[in-house]
Amino acid sequence: MSHTMDSRPNRALSAALSWLLRNHIWVFLALTVVVFSVASPYFLTVHNIGNILTQGAFIGILAIGMTMVMIDGEIDLSVGAILALASALAIGLQDHMGVWPAICLGLLSGAALGFVNGTLVALSGMHSFVVTLGALIGIRGLVFVYTGENALMVQDFSYTEIPEIYIGPISITAIIFFAMALFFQWVLSSTRHGRETYAVGDNIEAAHGAGINVKRHKIINFTICGTLAAVCGILLSMRLGTAEPNAGKVWELWTIIAVVLGGIRLQGGFGSMWMTIGGVLTLAVLRNGLRLLNTPNYVELMVMGAVLVLALVLDKLLNHGGDER
Amino acid sequence: MNAAILKVKGITKVFPGVKALDNVSFDIRPGEVHALVGENGAGKSTLMKVLAGLHKPDGGEIIYQGEPIQVAGPLDARQKGILLIHQELSLSPELSVAENIYLGAWPTNRFGVLKKRELRRDASRALEALGCGFGPDVRVGTLSVAMQQMVEIARAEAFSANVVIFDEPTASLTDNEKDQLFQTIRGLKARGVGIVYISHKMDEIFDITDRITVLRDGQVQGTVETQDTGLNQVTRMMIGRTLDAYFVKAKEMFGAKVLSVDGLSKNGQFSDVSFSVREGEVLGLYGLVGAGRSELVEAIFGVRRADAGTIFWKGAPIELPTPRQAIDMGMALVPESRKEQGLVLMMGGRENTSLPHLKQFSEMAVMSRSKELATYEKYQSALAIKTTGPDQAMSQLSGGNQQKFVLAKWLCAEPKLIILDEPTRGIDVGSKSAIHELIAELAEKGLAVIVISSEMPEVLGVSHRVLTMSEGAVVAEFKGDDMTEENLIDAVSHHRGSDAA
Repeated sequence: MSHTMDSRPNRALSAALSWLLRNHIWVFLALTVVVFSVASPYFLTVHNIGNILTQGAFIGILAIGMTMVMIDGEIDLSVGAILALASALAIGLQDHMGVWPAICLGLLSGAALGFVNGTLVALSGMHSFVVTLGALIGIRGLVFVYTGENALMVQDFSYTEIPEIYIGPISITAIIFFAMALFFQWVLSSTRHGRETYAVGDNIEAAHGAGINVKRHKIINFTICGTLAAVCGILLSMRLGTAEPNAGKVWELWTIIAVVLGGIRLQGGFGSMWMTIGGVLTLAVLRNGLRLLNTPNYVELMVMGAVLVLALVLDKLLNHGGDER
Repeated sequence: MNAAILKVKGITKVFPGVKALDNVSFDIRPGEVHALVGENGAGKSTLMKVLAGLHKPDGGEIIYQGEPIQVAGPLDARQKGILLIHQELSLSPELSVAENIYLGAWPTNRFGVLKKRELRRDASRALEALGCGFGPDVRVGTLSVAMQQMVEIARAEAFSANVVIFDEPTASLTDNEKDQLFQTIRGLKARGVGIVYISHKMDEIFDITDRITVLRDGQVQGTVETQDTGLNQVTRMMIGRTLDAYFVKAKEMFGAKVLSVDGLSKNGQFSDVSFSVREGEVLGLYGLVGAGRSELVEAIFGVRRADAGTIFWKGAPIELPTPRQAIDMGMALVPESRKEQGLVLMMGGRENTSLPHLKQFSEMAVMSRSKELATYEKYQSALAIKTTGPDQAMSQLSGGNQQKFVLAKWLCAEPKLIILDEPTRGIDVGSKSAIHELIAELAEKGLAVIVISSEMPEVLGVSHRVLTMSEGAVVAEFKGDDMTEENLIDAVSHHRGSDAA
């Protein structure tokens, strides 16, 4: 068995091609950018691109955690509710203890709820869909109890100034998203925890047989997912200056859509943050572009639904030769 | 040479209702290939799982390099130098070769960051030592089965294993790949690794092993030097059973030929098989596991597609059927693994019985509960099935009663030919003889019956005629007084002998 030696540029080309084949969402993204650039003169401006990145960052931060959980072969439906609780705590507790302790407690609430989700999934053997569906409802209820069904207003306006930090056209929110996406890509590709994530999602029997502590591992990833949901909630409350009890409703679905759009499979064992970033940006570009064209809201939903299905068909055709039963 | 590297002393393992291992002792020397043979359910896999830390033994001890050890888990076994290479490969297809070799034991620094260079280097070294033609960065999912197996074997290098256990390693390899594997095994052997080789394929065992230990019903039947023994002896040790049940044979009232096959072949599974079966006749199909029995009947029923040959149904040639066509013609195949193929365990007897015939039991797509109940009651009393009611979930029934529902399910289509693949596997003795009586009854009602079984007394007890299969070919046919255990053993082993020579 000898490898045929390709010439160097050829090999680089084929490596790039195979990367694009796996991350075909980036081709899709480029395509949508071109289409909207032609369709609207306002689309391809520095200001608008900055907007897209900021708008995409919120779903994006949720999607990072979701990616970790989904590569494990699990799912977390409670991220929208965790987001709402963290944002309510971060604003509501400010009056009592100051801004930073309140933020820390908000983050801690996300981590704790993620930990509970993970523990229930790992120890009960229930499917994460069921566990986090329960969490979705229960935590949302908790938010209503805490806020008394009212939006909480920020008193200390230094809090709302934080998201106004920009580096060039890029907001701090977008920078946080990209920084965390890159960090977790590094975790996936270069740490023991990352290898475990793929191994557990890919072949849980083999992972267990190899001595990996599957339960502890899953708990960690759910905790990461919950913490990131809290990060997203706090950033959102900074930007809006309020914490609404309905904040982040159905965002868990948009998050899953973004991740799946990126090419990550529900059955796990496969994926990367590059795919997730691609999916998140594509979703953000579509939303932004359609709004620039004054598309009615329901048409927007129809287009996004069609794009999602189309992207998945493309994935099937490109990566499985369409021959799977 | 003679000091054993691993000794198993009096290992016992009990599962609910079964003694899977009963006081098993054997030893492995460095630099030897030691075969472990036995029919399905003899306890080979359980024994290996005990050694690899996947099962905890209920008694006995394992002595490794002169000292008694406890194997805490699979990783512990691997780090001690005992490596099990599974029948179903235990790899993660999406990870790279290097990552799979060190699965779960990746080199990292204190903070859990992978030492990628070290990982690559060590993996390359292991792959080179084995002479693998692929590098450490390839994704395992893109490799062939044989190459994936090499990845598992590379773990032996990477962890400096002293004992390597192969469980049916050639099950999905081509002849070329098999030769390569054997070279690799000889390489390991030359370096003093003790190797356990589990296989159903006798020619391989006589080709590569130094000693053979035979297991039967969880007990060691004996250990022999490969060069001092023959196939006949080993086969006898594996399957020689005592007649422990009373068998009823159907009265001989044969009618017209129901099914004939002529020259049926499928590459790598069975070749040039011809036989026929008549109304009222019970035809036994005997052979060791892997002889191609199940594959043959699955091809007749249309689950597999034969490459060549003709099937005659009631004297007329037919096209190779699909399972649906086979059912419509009047064939029924009761598969071996009833839990996987035969029954929906969450459903009760009523729903399971009607499952293959939903059309018969429905009007305008609405199920008729009364029709279902009538049929359920008919078979429940005819087959004397013990349930608490028509909707008691299958999972709560005993193996014997489950098997009767599988039969009921097929009988209610009123077939002309029923094929039973291991009809009494895993069920208790009482239910076994009930099934045997049922087989006789069916034949006396004029059905043609084909019974596949690895249990020799069963085949001899229920059949009018027995075909023996070996390595995919029908090698002999026995009737009347020629139907003896001796003849069957000879037929199965002699053929293999001539094949291996």
